[in-house]
Amino acid sequence: MGNFTLYGETFNSRFLLGTALYPSPQIMRDAITASECDIVTLGLRRQNPSEQDGAAIWDFIKDSGCKLLPNTAGCKSAKEAITLAEMSREIFDTEWIKLEVIGDDYNLQPDPYGLIEAAAELIKKGFKVLPYTTDDLIVAQKLLDAGCEVIMPWGAPIGTGQGLMNKYNLRTLRERLPDTPLIIDAGLGAPSQAAEAMEMGFDGVLLNTAVAKAQTPPQMAKAFAQAIDAGRNAFEAGLMVQKETASPSTPVIGQPFWHSK
Amino acid sequence: MTNSVEISLNGEPSSIVAGLSLQQALELWEFTSKKVAVAINGDFVPRSLYDNTQLSAKDQIDVVTPVGGG
Repeated sequence: MGNFTLYGETFNSRFLLGTALYPSPQIMRDAITASECDIVTLGLRRQNPSEQDGAAIWDFIKDSGCKLLPNTAGCKSAKEAITLAEMSREIFDTEWIKLEVIGDDYNLQPDPYGLIEAAAELIKKGFKVLPYTTDDLIVAQKLLDAGCEVIMPWGAPIGTGQGLMNKYNLRTLRERLPDTPLIIDAGLGAPSQAAEAMEMGFDGVLLNTAVAKAQTPPQMAKAFAQAIDAGRNAFEAGLMVQKETASPSTPVIGQPFWHSK
Repeated sequence: MTNSVEISLNGEPSSIVAGLSLQQALELWEFTSKKVAVAINGDFVPRSLYDNTQLSAKDQIDVVTPVGGG
């Protein structure tokens, strides 16, 4: 399959996996292994010193060997997201940041104004910003203008598992930004939806809940990995053109019993 | 009697000895792990400034650590 390159780094896997919501740190680790992903997302939260639950998760993530993509999940303003990104850069020693600025509590819809403002400021500060955004073309263009080299449109709101809700907008993004790495981030619930995204020409898929909340997360991680590979291969192979009428696949010439009635 | 100041630590009210540096406060609160980052009043404070950052009354201090995330 063709290269998958983000900010000058090339990855084997087009599957980016989240590390939240698993039944246990061990299952999370098994899911990461089964996914064969190269990039995992993670977050930062307030924690009291007496609560060390996060330590096991961090140890597993660190040992996975995956590239770390910290997020600014839950931030509701550019200022909050910038501060959390700076904290992430120090803790994880990476300039990569999955930028989230949330505009609405109900559907966790990105705030495009805060997102663009934060992206511009973080890029000035040397960050490599991977913005979680809607499927709006103009917002994507403004993020590119700000210096982002990757765009991560939602398929559906975070955690809903509803798949690609607005295919017209997503197709438009793909057609209008042919040279920009586009990663479907959030909203996917089934491997078939991930395959569909990849068949449409998206460069990668980022998800968390669909794997973590599966009955058997490692097996689901593998299923998504296979679907993403299959979808990418299909895109590269080139899908046939759909037609309205049937046409036989077996040759008509030489058909036996022809005119026998 | 030692002067104390009221601050907020991770959203909870807390009382500390006046004049403590951020570094001293973190030790007092047993944030011994290196995997923490700090913001005061919403502004990031780099680790290199912990010793030279004095805490003041009403400071809102956020200490964060890695968690799973999507």
